Amino acid sequence: MAVKYDLNEREVWDGNFAASQALRQAQVDVVVAYPITPSTPIVENYGSYVANGYIDGEFVMVESEHAAMSGCIGASASGGRVSTATSSQGFALMAEVLYQASGMRLPIVLNVVNRALASPLNVRGDHADMYLGRDSGWIQMGAFNAQEAYDLALCAFKIAENHDVRLPVMVHQDGFITSHTAQNVYPLTDEAAYNFVGDIVPVDDMLDFSRPVTYGAQTEEDWHFEHKAKQHKALMDSRPIIDEVYAEFEKLTGRKYNRVESYDMEDAEVVIVGLGTTVETARVAAKELREEKGIKAGVVAIRCFRPFPFDQVRDALEGAKAVAVTDRSSPGGAMGAFYNEVAAALYTTESRPLVTNFIYGLGGRDFSIEEAKRIFIEQKAHADAGHITTDIQQFSGLRGPHLGYFQTKRG
Amino acid sequence: MIEVRWHSRAGQGAVSGAKGLGDVVATTGKEVQAFALYGSAKRGAALRAYNRISDEQIFNHAKFMHPDFVLVIDPALAFTDNIEVNEKDETKYIITTHLSKEELIAGIPALAGKEDRVYVVDCIEISLSTIGRSMPNAPMLGAFVKISGMFELDYFLENMKRVLAKFPQKIIDANMEAITRAYNEVK
Repeated sequence: MAVKYDLNEREVWDGNFAASQALRQAQVDVVVAYPITPSTPIVENYGSYVANGYIDGEFVMVESEHAAMSGCIGASASGGRVSTATSSQGFALMAEVLYQASGMRLPIVLNVVNRALASPLNVRGDHADMYLGRDSGWIQMGAFNAQEAYDLALCAFKIAENHDVRLPVMVHQDGFITSHTAQNVYPLTDEAAYNFVGDIVPVDDMLDFSRPVTYGAQTEEDWHFEHKAKQHKALMDSRPIIDEVYAEFEKLTGRKYNRVESYDMEDAEVVIVGLGTTVETARVAAKELREEKGIKAGVVAIRCFRPFPFDQVRDALEGAKAVAVTDRSSPGGAMGAFYNEVAAALYTTESRPLVTNFIYGLGGRDFSIEEAKRIFIEQKAHADAGHITTDIQQFSGLRGPHLGYFQTKRG
Repeated sequence: MIEVRWHSRAGQGAVSGAKGLGDVVATTGKEVQAFALYGSAKRGAALRAYNRISDEQIFNHAKFMHPDFVLVIDPALAFTDNIEVNEKDETKYIITTHLSKEELIAGIPALAGKEDRVYVVDCIEISLSTIGRSMPNAPMLGAFVKISGMFELDYFLENMKRVLAKFPQKIIDANMEAITRAYNEVK
């Protein structure tokens, strides 16, 4: 029987602590981990909850992130509630096994504290690791602050373990900016949190000896395609269930989540589309610009990066004239990946707003309210001119000479 | 929104100080943020920690700020770090030093003419004689309570006891004394 953990109605937690508390309250059976900055405290705290009797679980230290996710697969296939955390290089080393987890349809929850990928070595936050996971077959949800890292981790178990989903889920938060920033967090009681998540009801668990099963079978050209198509369909079909879980969470807490979040979008003409903490900073900029200059600025945020909400992105941006899509990941010789996805959705609309791409914030470079305002003001210039007046892709907040690529052929 | 920037060296407790301050402020019903700018900082490296305090949820995640308060808990950093960067006309400085205010300002051109918003307190000496080692974060909190007028001293002390609850009573008592002394001695 677990020892009671004292919680206040209002805590001041950083994102890592918040995520670890969600693991405790969900009574995760097994965490297999190889800790890495900045996600270390999530699994470290879980280990201490186990050691101090706050949770009846197993904390398994292994020799690499590859082994960590492999261990999670074993524990999950055995029927346990399983989670771990990683970042950056650790995520990269885990990549091969991420595909195994999703292909085996195991409901593992991975807390990803987003951090840049080397080289050069950098411990701070950008979205390079999150992008690396985008074709891995996992559901990916993004938290914009510590409260959300906690809330979404609880939702993640409920979504992953739903028998109509049976997919692993990543909950992303920005390294340091969320993971190491203490803010007010309003946790649920242990009882309310656990009742929300519920007991895990395993499917085809390997410890059910009365019904032996095989995991990780081989399929060649005869069946591999069908398996992958089913996996894609499972991701697409998870959308209404994610919505249901968010709705249930709102009933419990009053905190409403949507796969696409819209802020000040009722009459917005110029928009920043973003991920992570950037979204909240941009919201402040939009509010201030409305008051200071009467610019109708709004923000659209992707809460659920996978499955990608193609239709909802389109709906959210329907009335916009100029849209800046922000990528916090080195694009590696292309337009930002997030830009490409949003632009593809907008290409199928009547209005086809002007869409530009900003690469920003790599390796933890600060993203300030002033920078967001400058981006909005540029969008206003495009909207007024009726065409894109700058390079389509620009690097924002970069030192040295301007870096930008490609010009519009419209207008 | 009140914004606070701490100038410290890794190991002097600015991050704990900022988080402790955030924790106490939150008990008054306000929204807080506490974070630091450090990565693989080694003990002794200069670092900055930050607080934001607001009546409403804090959405700004930028490190950039025009601070209302600059808290310097290492005496040498007052001279070597750009403690006045992004200041406002109202920015108040609380600086750890064994010097008098006049001597300190005479040595730091950036503080010239700001006598009415520079405050000094010897957090190093206070922590050495109360806590028994150089731990200037706790006394700085006492000085901040006084200069900001944000709380009554007793309220702050009671809540800090809760924040420090995991420590032995002796250490809690020493911290309470350090906070109280700095509250009374800052000028």
